[in-house]
Amino acid sequence: MYRETRKHVLKCLEKGIRYDGRGLTDIRDVTVEYDVSKSAEGSARVKIGTTEVIAGVKTGVETPYADTPNQGNLMVNVELLGLASPDFEPGPPSIEAIEIARVVDRGIREAKAIDVKDLVIVAGEKVWAVIIDVCVINDHGNLIDACALAAMAALKNAKFPAYDLEKHELDYKTKTDKPIPLSKQPIAVTVYKIGDYLLVDPNPDESKVYDGRLTVTCSEKGSISSLQKGGEAPLTIEEIDRMTEIALEKSKELRSFL
Amino acid sequence: MARHDGRKPDQLREMKAVVGIIPNAVGSAMFQIGDTQALAAVYGPRNLYPRFKQNPSKGILRCHYNMMPFSGSGNRIRPGGNRRSKEISMVMEKAITPVVDLKDFPNTVVDVFVEFPQTDAGSRCCGITAAAMALAHAGIPMKDMVAAVAVGTLGNEVVADLDKKEEDYEGEGGVSDIPIAVLPNTGKITLLQMDGEMSREQLKKALELGVKVAKDIFALQKKVLKESFKEV
Repeated sequence: MYRETRKHVLKCLEKGIRYDGRGLTDIRDVTVEYDVSKSAEGSARVKIGTTEVIAGVKTGVETPYADTPNQGNLMVNVELLGLASPDFEPGPPSIEAIEIARVVDRGIREAKAIDVKDLVIVAGEKVWAVIIDVCVINDHGNLIDACALAAMAALKNAKFPAYDLEKHELDYKTKTDKPIPLSKQPIAVTVYKIGDYLLVDPNPDESKVYDGRLTVTCSEKGSISSLQKGGEAPLTIEEIDRMTEIALEKSKELRSFL
Repeated sequence: MARHDGRKPDQLREMKAVVGIIPNAVGSAMFQIGDTQALAAVYGPRNLYPRFKQNPSKGILRCHYNMMPFSGSGNRIRPGGNRRSKEISMVMEKAITPVVDLKDFPNTVVDVFVEFPQTDAGSRCCGITAAAMALAHAGIPMKDMVAAVAVGTLGNEVVADLDKKEEDYEGEGGVSDIPIAVLPNTGKITLLQMDGEMSREQLKKALELGVKVAKDIFALQKKVLKESFKEV
């Protein structure tokens, strides 16, 4: 579908060139800004180059699921807003949005960054629900990494609202100084394979023509909490190992912006 | 009655406006009044599908009003639109359509997406103001600007730009809320809704106040747009 674009991107990569002069594993300028929404319990804006996303955390008090009475609820949702790109349309979430949301969700959940047991108010009766919504404002490539970073930043920024246990009343207007208990800061890095080249932080053209990609969510200690392979190209074990190595290395850089 | 934040009856909350915030869009704008913030992006004129919706004599304008899930004052808002957001999208279209001139773009659509990261009442007005700026920034031919603001009565006094706390007022005299959109050069009104209770005299007074304060919003819109286009 993008045959000419692909030829062009590959020709550039062969010469060691990316459109903006970056090396293969260079990430564009990253900024993280906190408290961008007064309505949310926590929020952050992440920019990677001109890619921009806003994440907001809302909390609620719910009854736990019957099969997990001693666990709070965690949910991640990603909105690819019509505002962000001529390619996004309003309507039910596209498969792209669902994939990003689920990869970000797994990265946080499986790293046990939030221990869902810490979200219990009364076991079997009342638990906190923590919902992270990531809204894409401008899509200029690398949405998975941007959304994961924003979700983490918003979580770090969040404070529980006041909750009166006796009256079962949640007062969203009064924020407590109690943060959401975070034990780790998992960061997702997606490594893309185009031809024989491995690169990170793709621009829109590179995002269209890649052969394969691997998203690796990495914790501070260098462990991996989720993987997602994308694209149609099969990967060798050696490639996966190399991609993981790049991701672990680059995750340190991205984490330093939090 | 004194306002809780010390504003005069005709005083707007602090405003902030920027254009060009979304590089992907043809035109874009951020408008903030108090703690209500709208981001607007314009895409098009582009082909309109399904084809039976096309108008061969002119392009059409479509508005998409959406609050981000975390932008409400209480519980999370379920994404994906609801009755309220559909109605507001529709009245926004009606408020802006009279000023856009799309006769040179038959069969096309101009999409305006308006998103809210945070709200504190007055979101549809804030959204219309941002949308009009984004359209102008996109270079869409327009006959006038649109500046929108909510006016109303608060404890029987006519006031401009109510915030959430004032909208929720339950004391003596009650509260009424009238979002209006004004074409600043003619003083005509293209959005008019009201809820609450008020007299005919109060309505007239409120509308006059709205047209007056809309000029302050227009002044900011004009200033920011002018600054964004460099002189050659």
